[in-house]
Amino acid sequence: MTLLELREKIGYHALLLGAVALAASVTLAGVDGKTRSGIAAAEQRDLQQSLAQVLPEGFADNDLLKDKVNLKRADGSAVAVFRARLKGEAKGAVFQMSARGYADEVVVLIGVDVGGRILGVRVLKHKETPGLGDKIEIAKGNWIRSFEGRSLGDPTAARFGVKKDGGVFDQFAGATITPRAVVKAVREGLQFFVANQPAIFAVPGKE
Amino acid sequence: MSTFSEISRNGLWKQNAILAQVLGLCPTLAVTTTLTNAVSLGLATALVMALSSGGVSALRAFIPFEIRIPVFILIIAALVTMVDLAFNAWLHELYVILGIFIPLIVTNCIVLARVEAFAAKNPVWHSTWDGFMMGIGLTGVLAVLGAAREFVGQGTVFEGIEMIVPGAHAIRILPEDYSFLIGVLPPGAFILLGVLIAVRNWLDTRAAARARRQPTQPQLAAA
Repeated sequence: MTLLELREKIGYHALLLGAVALAASVTLAGVDGKTRSGIAAAEQRDLQQSLAQVLPEGFADNDLLKDKVNLKRADGSAVAVFRARLKGEAKGAVFQMSARGYADEVVVLIGVDVGGRILGVRVLKHKETPGLGDKIEIAKGNWIRSFEGRSLGDPTAARFGVKKDGGVFDQFAGATITPRAVVKAVREGLQFFVANQPAIFAVPGKE
Repeated sequence: MSTFSEISRNGLWKQNAILAQVLGLCPTLAVTTTLTNAVSLGLATALVMALSSGGVSALRAFIPFEIRIPVFILIIAALVTMVDLAFNAWLHELYVILGIFIPLIVTNCIVLARVEAFAAKNPVWHSTWDGFMMGIGLTGVLAVLGAAREFVGQGTVFEGIEMIVPGAHAIRILPEDYSFLIGVLPPGAFILLGVLIAVRNWLDTRAAARARRQPTQPQLAAA
């Protein structure tokens, strides 16, 4: 039987489709294995740089990446909290929060001092519209710095939103959903910090 | 004219992915807010197109007509995912900017269109070259659109270039507080794309008219 005749058989169709799918899966698994350590290392490096960005210089002298505690939120999701210490004394904490943006989750990193005041916020990951929603990045604008110094109660709960919703934070022309998501993530982050503050600092650091 | 230069002419101008075939408009309009974004995605697309056209062409004898589309899509999706993973691991800085757009290449119908229309019927090297040149033709149009929209929208060129070429800077042409939102928003992209297609058609019509006049001239000279 020639290849041309064989190609007309239903069984050949099924087998070929299966074979291509299998080959694609095996190749992808291989590439995934080859790239996994590189991706993890790159993300770790990114995280370290971001941690440094949400804390003022000289704020902590410990290695935050190693001083980590895993907590659970009320909805069951896990939050990794990195603790900042200066000469062994707890000074603040850094953790990730996320909220649903215009396209997919917007992940922010929040640095808070022991008094519950925001030291800094940076967007780690988002898929918002380029040119519109991406002004939440520090590279594209200073909007994300408008959270610095804020805490729960400053502004009050009713005003902790974008201006369109009666809050104090600016939205962008053409994009309200994105800043709204970031504000929500920050607000929930502060609530999480206040609710879990004893637990965050209860476990001694592993230095 | 050799096959390869004919393929190049098709990809760059005669059958240009955007201007002539008007394919793949979703990423075209979504990422051309800055020149840097536009060119980066264009080059990533050219790479995927070269690989997928070459790959499909190599397998073309084994793929029956009835199930060709799922097989093509599988191959393209696997290649795009590999490029995505490789960028993430080894070109992480570039990935941070392009990360949003790379998976979008799967949905760009120009990739499937070239695989179906060219690679499924032509030898491996011709197909690879066709995919690549189609991608470069696409990159060229994206670059023009990106540069024009960035200039009209925010008065700069090369914003974000420092993320790809360390030490380079965006060039600010208009004052800092200048912004004209339609350049950044999708309607601006449609309007500019319309202008580009009109210019291309005008150039082609003019060239065709000139070609029609041309053969009469030698006769006049002879007379």
